[in-house]
Amino acid sequence: MSENKKITEIPIGPYHPLQEEPEFFRLKIDGEKVVGIEIEIGYNHRGIEKLSESKSFDQATFLVERICGICSTSHPFAYVNAVEDLAAIRIPERAKYIRTVVGEIERIHSHLLWLGLAGHFIGYNTVWMWCWKYREPLLELCERVFGNRNHYAMMKIGGVRRDISDDQGDLIRKDMGDLVPKLDMLYNAIQDDPVIKARLRIAGTLTKKDARAYCVVGPTARASGIEIDVRKDDPYAAYGLVDWNVVVREEGDVYAKTMVRIDEMKESVKIINQCVDRLKEVKGEIETEIKEIPEGEGIGRHEAPRGEVFHYVRSRGGSVPYRHKVRAPSFMNVFSNEVAVVGGTIPDAALTLAAVDPCYCCTERMQAVDTDSKVYTSRDLIRMCQEKTYELHRKMKGGK
Amino acid sequence: MIFVDYFIFPGIVFTMIVAFIVSWIDRKVTALLQWRVGPPLLQPVYDFLKLMKKETLIPKGGSVTVFLLSPVISFSALVLVSLILVKTNLNGMGFVGDLFVVIYLLLLPSFAVIMGGASSANPLASLGASREMKMVLSYELPFIMSVCTILIKTGGLIDIAGIIQYQQNNGVLIGSLSGFLAFFVTLLCFQSKMAQIPFDIPEAEQEIMGGTMIEYSGPPLGFFVASRWILMALLPYLAVILFMGGIGSYIGILKYILLVVVVILIKNTNPRLRINQTLRLFWGPVTLLAALSVVLAMMGL
Repeated sequence: MSENKKITEIPIGPYHPLQEEPEFFRLKIDGEKVVGIEIEIGYNHRGIEKLSESKSFDQATFLVERICGICSTSHPFAYVNAVEDLAAIRIPERAKYIRTVVGEIERIHSHLLWLGLAGHFIGYNTVWMWCWKYREPLLELCERVFGNRNHYAMMKIGGVRRDISDDQGDLIRKDMGDLVPKLDMLYNAIQDDPVIKARLRIAGTLTKKDARAYCVVGPTARASGIEIDVRKDDPYAAYGLVDWNVVVREEGDVYAKTMVRIDEMKESVKIINQCVDRLKEVKGEIETEIKEIPEGEGIGRHEAPRGEVFHYVRSRGGSVPYRHKVRAPSFMNVFSNEVAVVGGTIPDAALTLAAVDPCYCCTERMQAVDTDSKVYTSRDLIRMCQEKTYELHRKMKGGK
Repeated sequence: MIFVDYFIFPGIVFTMIVAFIVSWIDRKVTALLQWRVGPPLLQPVYDFLKLMKKETLIPKGGSVTVFLLSPVISFSALVLVSLILVKTNLNGMGFVGDLFVVIYLLLLPSFAVIMGGASSANPLASLGASREMKMVLSYELPFIMSVCTILIKTGGLIDIAGIIQYQQNNGVLIGSLSGFLAFFVTLLCFQSKMAQIPFDIPEAEQEIMGGTMIEYSGPPLGFFVASRWILMALLPYLAVILFMGGIGSYIGILKYILLVVVVILIKNTNPRLRINQTLRLFWGPVTLLAALSVVLAMMGL
């Protein structure tokens, strides 16, 4: 009898209030229990890698900045790391600190954004609005210091584009000081609220073994007890020069993921404060001049808010990259839902899917093409379009 | 006279006006809590009128009659409740056993939601309907038990006018220990009857995209939305009548608004629970509390 039991399929996506981006999860449910999931992504292909091959090395920095709206400095960060690796460029110390400040401010506002959304997903809209309210001063700070609320365009091969003056440094320190009590408040609120705990605990547990098997990165991995962080494991920019800790928790559920993110924000505040202090002492150039990019290949990594982002750049000399490969953290994290969601209930599934902080526009680099069916070339498409137009014309004339 | 009663005061028009105001209070208080500005006073009216003008789409494969009828059932049952409550409160006109009629009529909107969801031919809607069913099963028992507390306290009065009269003579029921416990239980039950957070599980926008409401559009959706608003206005009023002696003067209105704000505060300071947690909560601690209040009432506390 139980084998014949009908399994209902619940679609989450491609358009769903849960997530802003197009993605498709087929939840196979039995009553309220999730017994299976199929993950389909690939709705958001934009051909960034191909575009990058037609841009010069400098222009590609701006291009990769447009990959993602929230972690808009992570991709350029990894990209400049890759090109500097390729050309063996050493950047000035001041530029290192400035890069670190940009990266960490971005991490804080990205995590606050996620925390707010997590509140929204469990129906707690007050948390949502409050988190985004706290995020607002940070975005304003970005505008005052980096020139834009998002898409700061701070990264440049060989250094950074803008300097941070001492006044701006004070501004950053003041805002960080204002932020700490708010973070503490959020931390305590989530830790003390029994209803939130009842909702987040156990939900979507990703065990350490599964986390390793799915190669998850970033806060998702650190919440499952895996201590990985590119900033610590392979220090770049100023991460090796300041004192900070990697936040790890063992539970692997949504609660752990939340707490890891809040703790990480506090660590980011620590890093930013140290960097700003050091910026007052370390004076000098903010960029090294690059004459040309030699032949060769390089990789660049950056610990984005969602995990390790990886860029590979290959040059054959000349002004444009020959090949540019991007791997975003969500590419690793999203598929861990295959184990995290199954066995839970639908409300947990909705929360778990969002808990890895997926970013599909970052992830989607390729599109699967079914080779058995007919492949349409651009010429075919144009021909089809024309035929359709003729047909419509005919119909309209016939109608008259 | 019956026409005026049913359609003007305290029937549809009056009920709708109160519902609009309460809905506006809800949105405004929520907005202030969340550091937003909030909508203008007439926003609920605009929303309702907009829905009335929209197209009605009926899903293929669903039962058309049930699909269209359930919003009307929900709406008219609630207007009837409003009629009984306001008439009884203001004029002392009631009939023996009207408390039971009100309890029965208040169950109808939930059934209308279940029927509407089940006739939508949509997996998400039927999931929402099954959740609503579990909700009804979970909160009705403690609610009836807390009503029993009132019956015991008032010495077996089963008409609303009598209960109000009793409280005017002997002090409000919420003042006693058992009355307070029963009031607390009732508040939780009403929160889930209104389908407000933490118990808005049948709709759960982020999980099942509005659940039972997913296929509704245009005027049928308008009537369901209006039912939600009326519930939000009526249930605190019923609680005021049952436990705080009804609305007789300005203080009564103040009590009512205070209770509405309490509901809104609960809604805004809690996340949504899972359905199994809700069942466990209502059948466990809440039912125990209700039983305790019954026992206390029998002991005369």
